Amino acid sequence: MDIVFYISAAVALLATILVITRAQAVHALLYLIVSLLAVAVIFYVLGAALVAALEVIIYAGAIMVLFVFVIMMLNLGPPAADRERAWQRPGMWVGPSILAAILLGELIYIIASAPGSRTGLAAVGPQEVGASLFGPYMIGVELSSMLLLAGLVGAYHLGRRDRPRRASPRRSGASPWRSRDTGGTR
Amino acid sequence: MAIVPVEHGLLLAGVLFTLGLVGVLVRRDIIFILLSIEIMLNAAGLAFIVAGSARGQADGQVMFIFILAVTAAEVSVGLAMVLRLHHLLKTLDVDAADSLRD
Repeated sequence: MDIVFYISAAVALLATILVITRAQAVHALLYLIVSLLAVAVIFYVLGAALVAALEVIIYAGAIMVLFVFVIMMLNLGPPAADRERAWQRPGMWVGPSILAAILLGELIYIIASAPGSRTGLAAVGPQEVGASLFGPYMIGVELSSMLLLAGLVGAYHLGRRDRPRRASPRRSGASPWRSRDTGGTR
Repeated sequence: MAIVPVEHGLLLAGVLFTLGLVGVLVRRDIIFILLSIEIMLNAAGLAFIVAGSARGQADGQVMFIFILAVTAAEVSVGLAMVLRLHHLLKTLDVDAADSLRD
C-alpha cells in the first residue's frame, strides 16, 4: 500500500502546480478538485477514514461548489483568460518563487534533521475522533460554531445588493432616536 | 494502511504549502489568491493528519475538522468580498482595490 501514498502524493503535487499556473479560473478549480481528491486518498491510506470522507464531501464538494457558483455569477470568459495571461509576465514568478524555495529548503532541512517515526501503524476510527471532539475539545467545537455564525452573517452582509440610495435616507423627524427624545421631554 | 516515514508526509505538506504560498504571491486575480489559500490550509491539515497518524491518536483529525470549519467561514466571506469587488470595480484585480490610499 505504500505505493498508493507516493502515487497520490505525485498526483497532488502535479495538480497543485497546474492550479497555480492556469489562466482560466475554471480549469484551476478542476485541478484543485483533483488535488483535494488525491489528498483524500492519502488520508485514507494513513488510517484517517473519517477525515478522508470529510475532505471529499466538504472540501471537494461544498467549498468547490461555492467557487463554481461565484465563477458562474461573475461570467468570466476568454477575455478574462487573456487578461490573466497579460498580468502574468514570466518575470513576476522569479522573486516570489526564489523566496518560497528558500523557506521550503529550510523546512526540508528541519524535517530531515529531526528523528523520525513511522505513520500509519494504527488506524484511528471515527469513534475515537468523536469522543475526542466532544470530550476535551468541546470548547473548540463551540468556538467554531460561533466562527461559522460570524461567517454566515458576514457573507450575508457583504453579498447583499445595494439599494438605490434615496436623497435623504432617513428623515430627521422619522428617526427613532429623535422621536424617543421628544417623547421624553414632553 | 501505508507505512511510510513521517518525514515523507510532512515533506509533501511542506511542498504543497509552498506551492500555495507562491500562488498567493504571484497571482493578481483574487479568485486564484483564494484558491491558493485553500491549498495552504489543506497542506496544514495534511501535516496534522500525518502527525496524528504517526502518534496513533485522534487529535490530528480533530484539528483537521477545526481547519475545515475555519476554511468554510473564510471561503464564504472571501467569495462574498469577490462578488462585492466585481460589483464595485468591474475587475478581479486586487491591485485595483487601492481606493483607500487616495
